[in-house]
Amino acid sequence: MTDEAESGGSAPAANAGYDEWLDALAAEEGYALVCPEGHGSLPPRRVCPECGASDLSEEPLPAEGTVETYTVVHVPSPRFSDDAPYVTAVAQFGPVRLTGVVREVDGDGGVDVDGDAIEVGSAVEAGVGERETDGGRIVVFRPMET
Amino acid sequence: MTEVRVAGVGLTRFGSHPERTGRDLFAEAADRAFADAGVDRDDAEELNYGNFMGALAEHQGHQAPLMAEAAGVRCPATRYESACASAGVAVREAVRTVAAGDADVVLAGGMERMTNLDTGGATEGLAIAADDLFEVRAGVTFPGAYALMARAYFEAHGGSREDLAHVAAKNHENALPNEYAQFRSEVSVEEALDSPPVAEPLHLFDACPITDGASALVLVSAEYAAENDLDASVAVTGTGQGTDRMALADRADLAATPAAVDAATAAYDAAGIGPADVDLAEVHDCFTIAEVLAIEALGFAEPGEGIAAARDGYTTADGDLPVNLSGGLKAKGHPVGATGGSQIAELTRLLRGDHPNSEHVPDAEVAVAHNAGGTVASAVVHVLEVAE
Repeated sequence: MTDEAESGGSAPAANAGYDEWLDALAAEEGYALVCPEGHGSLPPRRVCPECGASDLSEEPLPAEGTVETYTVVHVPSPRFSDDAPYVTAVAQFGPVRLTGVVREVDGDGGVDVDGDAIEVGSAVEAGVGERETDGGRIVVFRPMET
Repeated sequence: MTEVRVAGVGLTRFGSHPERTGRDLFAEAADRAFADAGVDRDDAEELNYGNFMGALAEHQGHQAPLMAEAAGVRCPATRYESACASAGVAVREAVRTVAAGDADVVLAGGMERMTNLDTGGATEGLAIAADDLFEVRAGVTFPGAYALMARAYFEAHGGSREDLAHVAAKNHENALPNEYAQFRSEVSVEEALDSPPVAEPLHLFDACPITDGASALVLVSAEYAAENDLDASVAVTGTGQGTDRMALADRADLAATPAAVDAATAAYDAAGIGPADVDLAEVHDCFTIAEVLAIEALGFAEPGEGIAAARDGYTTADGDLPVNLSGGLKAKGHPVGATGGSQIAELTRLLRGDHPNSEHVPDAEVAVAHNAGGTVASAVVHVLEVAE
């Protein structure tokens, strides 16, 4: 995982736990960490951030998430300079929420620049795509046909 | 517990000073604070200094000793970092140090240099206050994060961009007479609505500017003030801090800021007051929606009702509870590591009666400062009261 390093930033080349989670999401095997109380969180974790339980299990993410909020970003950070405008959304997937960039239903390249593809309550699936700017891997959401 | 007094306050003009070093900015603020206090700088026993992105903006870490030199103090000096609440936590620790009897005189404040960066650099610098792995890599910018909160608020409670534009118009009007403000120009509701989008639903005039500036406070014990015959009529009677989950997506409610509720509750309890006792407030309006969330967290409005406060005149200069009489971050400017100190500097002057907007609050006795970091994963609240 060298995409962040190649972007010219000082971010570490690898982030154990996170990278494996992103690999799993790309393989449609995304998961959340869930404690005995049912609190969800994202890796790497040693304890549940809500209750401190250390017995965390990997539970598959549901295929469908629900958009809770989104924004159309016009002024990007340098890593997204060629992506803007783009849509970032927060969506609930079972016990966790994910934050991702919304892409159109058809094809990997289509970017939802107006926020027209989704609204609050829209069903989306989560996967992994690339930033236009530097090819860095990112969580993406694609609207689901309903 | 020792009573803590604000002996003196100092600010630089907030604005664009791309050629000025951070050390020069803080030196100016500290110099003004000591002069305002009438305190000998040799009496300072600690320096608590806030700064967020100096490593990026000036390639300068380890800033506290540098700022001690610049301020002409030789005492233990520490930099505090909690994103945009950096100075708030620096002041809070100074208050706790004096209250505990560990020092009689502490210099507290902060500095941020930002306009020497281009927009991309400043955007990147501010974004690092969010979770890099799960937010920034998914395109979350600082305005974007508050845009996510704004849309969530609209969905939960209603409200509109026009309501937010009233917050911008109010704070710009308040900044007009403030000689330290970055923008001393009126912005109408229509102009705010028509400004270009930054991160929808937020537009340019929903956002605070990029700002250089510094703040400094000389905090002293009441005993020191009496012994040295200081004119230190404002007391810090309550301080509180709250922490929330770092990433917005991990909060139970995307349209609320419980860290600020926790900070306010602790500060109110320490002061023995409640929200109904507050006469004026400076709140962290880095974006217009942030002022709405702040006044709800502080208990000035019920959840869902804060959105109408500026439009209805409740929080305007002549309203029941003036909010951001300085102009707020929105119009006064937001040098992030200095903001928490500047809010207390403004409130101190407003309570003392020597602020250009003091005429709006002639009988005020209780003021509250609310300083937030990130999407309010950090919050600091202080209560100030006229002591004599």
